[in-house]
Amino acid sequence: MLDLSLLVQYGPSLLRGFGITILCWGAGCLIGMVLGFVLMLLRQLPVKPLRWVIRVYIEVIRGTPFLIQLFLLYSGGPSIGLRLEATTAGILGLGIYGSAYFAEIFRAGYQAVPKGQVEAALSLGMSYGSILKRVIVPAMLVSTIPAIVNMMAILTKETVVLSIITVPELMYEMQTMAAETFATFETILGMALFYWLLVEVVSRLGRRLEARVTRYLTHASPQGSSSETATARA
Amino acid sequence: MKFSVILDALPYLLEAAVTTIWVSLLGVLLGQVIGVVVCVARQSGGRAADMAGGVYVSFFRGVPLLIQLLLIYYMLPLIGIDVPPLVASIAALGLASGAYVSEIYRGALNAVPHGQSEAALALGFPGRSIWTRILLPQAFRISVPALVNELILLLKASSLISVVGVAELTRTSQTISASNYRPLEIYLAAGVIYLAINGALALFGTLVERRLQQA
Repeated sequence: MLDLSLLVQYGPSLLRGFGITILCWGAGCLIGMVLGFVLMLLRQLPVKPLRWVIRVYIEVIRGTPFLIQLFLLYSGGPSIGLRLEATTAGILGLGIYGSAYFAEIFRAGYQAVPKGQVEAALSLGMSYGSILKRVIVPAMLVSTIPAIVNMMAILTKETVVLSIITVPELMYEMQTMAAETFATFETILGMALFYWLLVEVVSRLGRRLEARVTRYLTHASPQGSSSETATARA
Repeated sequence: MKFSVILDALPYLLEAAVTTIWVSLLGVLLGQVIGVVVCVARQSGGRAADMAGGVYVSFFRGVPLLIQLLLIYYMLPLIGIDVPPLVASIAALGLASGAYVSEIYRGALNAVPHGQSEAALALGFPGRSIWTRILLPQAFRISVPALVNELILLLKASSLISVVGVAELTRTSQTISASNYRPLEIYLAAGVIYLAINGALALFGTLVERRLQQA
């Protein structure tokens, strides 16, 4: 089995790799959610060509492998003057990939907000901005939390793909360690167990957050959103 | 952008796309078999089988596919099975897919009314034919949309097997763009091919679904 002294020797680089994994994941999720939200809002505008373009964007991102998207961005980018460092390209790639899925999640959430609530807010004289902020987004967040958490767990797993375009995250550092020490199998096994744990932690935290947010909802407006939550998960 | 580059590379890309398609198909088939076995074992094999199945599902859904692939790729030689990368890749795709498929079937089985298996039991059906004649056919029909979706996901995931050197679409794109220094054009072409295959699969799925609804 794995020589423990290796862990001492490679500890710092593994820790740094883990930091970059978390950085890529966090930044990627953030970009994905913000971009996805904006896409969802733009899709609500009554401009046909715009809707069409966004739909094509979403279908293209969801229909092609993440790895191909990364290669396009990182290797193909310089051809059109887009020179990115591996880590930047990785974060951006993760964000773009996530945005298509988040846009669909948010769209489902947006459509699940009862029309009557928006009409009531309009009749009370609220502006669209404040309706969005005070009526739509809170209801939307609650009904889409399971799907958001699920997507974030998926993105946790996708971070390892960044190692292929040489982002120095955990997987990359582990592979370097494996190549230098010839302890390939042990290293990969260790990594499998580690990611298993990591994804489990992300999902558990997500479920806790979900329980908390839904409890708040039943206090605020007791109109049975549990069924909405269930459909969002599917 | 130079489209002639794409035209030159197209025959090689299409050939590689065929590899991508059949590797994914074999992966899905293996996944189907594993998925059904795991699902049935978890439902009717007692507590130990249920727990083992649960660990399997949790592991293969929780660990990134790239790591599973490398794990299988490096593990098989260690236990004395020397297989080409292609076989290791299909095994990895199948094992990963099996975990998802078993959950799809579990969901579909829940949708089959419990009274049906009780009725079959009352009519004296042996346990095995309750599965093969009543539960699984209906579960399959219910899960067709999810299974087609699974095939599309696996086709996209198959791009990862380029890492162990299988000459499928992604790997071939890499090789070509490394030799002609035209990564933008080549990866765009590869993306379009993936999109076309997935579009065709989605269409096929809709047709099968409609057909099954008529029957």
